[in-house]
Amino acid sequence: MSYSDELLFDNIDEPNLKSIEVYEQRGGYDELKRVLRELPPETVLNELQASGLRGRGGAGFAMGTKAGFLPKGDMDKYLCCNADESEPGTFKDRELMQKNPHQLIEGMIIASFAAGINKAFIYIRGEYEDQADVLEAAAKEAYDKGYLGENILGSGFGVSLVVHRGAGAYICGEETALLDSLEGKRGNPRLKPPFPANAGLFQGPTLINNVETLSNVAHITKMGGAKYAEIGTEKSTGTKLVSISGCVQKPGNYEIELGTPSRELLFDLAGGPLPGREFKAWFPGGSSSPVLTPAEFDLPYDFDSIAAAGSMLGSGAIIMIDDSVSMVDVALRTAKFYKHESCGKCTPCREGTSWTVKMLQRVEDGLATPMDLDIIESVCDQIMGNCLCVLGDAMAMPVSSMVKKFRPEFEAHIEAARLKRTPLDEATLADELNLAEMATSA
Amino acid sequence: MTREARRFEDTIPQLADTPVPDDLKAWIIDRMEMYPDKKSAIIPCLMAAQKTHGWLSPEAVDQVAAVMKLTPAQLVSVASFYDMFELEPSGNRTIYMCTNISCMLRGADAVMEELERQVGVKNGGVSEDGIFLRNFECLGACDIAPMASVDGHFVGPLTVEDAKTLVEDIRAGREVLAKKQLSRRPVAATLWQNGGRAEGYDVSEGGES
Ligand SMILES: Cc1cc2nc3c(=O)[nH]c(=O)nc-3n(C[C@H](O)[C@H](O)[C@H](O)COP(=O)(O)O)c2cc1C
Ligand code: SF4
Ligand code: FES
Repeated sequence: MSYSDELLFDNIDEPNLKSIEVYEQRGGYDELKRVLRELPPETVLNELQASGLRGRGGAGFAMGTKAGFLPKGDMDKYLCCNADESEPGTFKDRELMQKNPHQLIEGMIIASFAAGINKAFIYIRGEYEDQADVLEAAAKEAYDKGYLGENILGSGFGVSLVVHRGAGAYICGEETALLDSLEGKRGNPRLKPPFPANAGLFQGPTLINNVETLSNVAHITKMGGAKYAEIGTEKSTGTKLVSISGCVQKPGNYEIELGTPSRELLFDLAGGPLPGREFKAWFPGGSSSPVLTPAEFDLPYDFDSIAAAGSMLGSGAIIMIDDSVSMVDVALRTAKFYKHESCGKCTPCREGTSWTVKMLQRVEDGLATPMDLDIIESVCDQIMGNCLCVLGDAMAMPVSSMVKKFRPEFEAHIEAARLKRTPLDEATLADELNLAEMATSA
Repeated sequence: MTREARRFEDTIPQLADTPVPDDLKAWIIDRMEMYPDKKSAIIPCLMAAQKTHGWLSPEAVDQVAAVMKLTPAQLVSVASFYDMFELEPSGNRTIYMCTNISCMLRGADAVMEELERQVGVKNGGVSEDGIFLRNFECLGACDIAPMASVDGHFVGPLTVEDAKTLVEDIRAGREVLAKKQLSRRPVAATLWQNGGRAEGYDVSEGGES
């Protein structure tokens, strides 16, 4: 997709686009006015469904379908925009919110209108302080102009908006943990069902969508759902913001048409590997996606193609790993993150992530045997599918993919690290490990 | 680490015996009204109190509890879940150094070591002049990896030499690494078309930082 075809990033760096003046000069909020004047909510919902827009937060569920799950009736209904963006490698929502907050707010108002929602929240991770300031200023501007609040532009429809800051916890990106956190609790995921569409925030009907998903809404109603569906592939419609980071020359967010060959993203947009290096592995959808290898560079970058290759598109975050990096380091760093972020509610996740870290540390230190690699794989197998939310899987999937696909490298590392140890070292470390294990099992 | 056991009362402190700074009190009252249930305001209000007091001291927690009419025990049980709440005394300037995957791949560990040397504390420590340094999980800015958040403002990509400048800038009360502030970075396609340079932001090779 050429630069001029951008939707979400169209004129993204225009000076002060974040202000309502500039946004309106560029036609902003015209679509909201048209929708409220001309369209009944059902038509808007139909357009969203016809667009085929799939959620951009990780799971890829059809947005229009989810909005259609909310019951009719005049009870309080809620929209929660998920701006927790904490999956390692993901940084697209940050750029959208910081540079074009009104695109998100306009999308949220139209989505609320379609689903009969009267109370909206943006749950933004606490670390995004600058971005939350921008959103708060934008929300105030939208209130002052009468785009938020009661009886918007005399239409009889009204929705409120609160920007709510989190305080640092990856798990609060999981939609039900987000709801608990927004209710002022510890962010533990809830058992589903009931699903948020029926019993979500304050037990009321709730729609939860990602920042990028909602930022698409005004574009969809404006161009029409069918027209939007022509962008991308049949089952992965539209454009996607891809966050590319790690060992590349030109890291950053790029807006692409879904279905673009991955190679184009990695080489043409991100500039390929750093001088003198070669790519070895890549996470196609955040650090929780199983790693792929250069053999898969020709995959079209869309939900189904990446899934068919045994991984996932997730949030659209590509992390590149090159030949200067040890896969053991990557696996250990990844596992440590999920161990730290496990909320501790389910045993397989809490214990499994913790033991995987210990075993990988042993691999790193040269205290493991190849049999430990089998145990790591079996622990990962036992985590998958056995937890309340998918955080446990989010560690198990990438770690087991690394051990499987790079097993010779893991084995060589164990041997090399073992040979480097002096016998004295080994005794001390073994002692330390035993002590650490005794301490945790006590 | 020795940590004194702190007990948090499970009764609501009375406003009459709990002096609360006026702005904090007004802020909490406003916040509570924004939600169908006042408890939704717990996290934002604790954060406001932390900003006022530098950390969630027992007094800070009591003040929020008194205004919100909740128990300190409930507030601390929530606070202890979240990474950004400091239940131990902290500094007045904060450096979060990201050491997650994308930053690790671009040399975050070496930058962190240098920051430790420059600030003069280990991870999690507070220097005598009040700089709090800790490593952090992915901060959502891997495009400028390796990066750090200084008092909530993101800077990067950081070289080992930048670590020294960063700390000097903090100590001198200057804007930190003025040429590497994320807020001035254009979108990737534009930035790289211009060789990594933009107005007020420069990551081109040999570019000043
Ligand atoms: C552990 C975990 C973390 C998640 N983090 C995020 C996140 O930071 N942002 C996000 O939009 N979705 C995140 N999700 C996905 C949400 O649960 C949910 O599917 C999404 O917000 C729905 O919005 P969408 O349909 O627009 O993608 C996470 C899921 C899990 C299991
Ligand atoms: S899988 Fe992990 S993070 Fe998710 S609910 Fe269970 S313990 Fe918590
Ligand atoms: S890994 Fe450091 S900001 Fe994402």
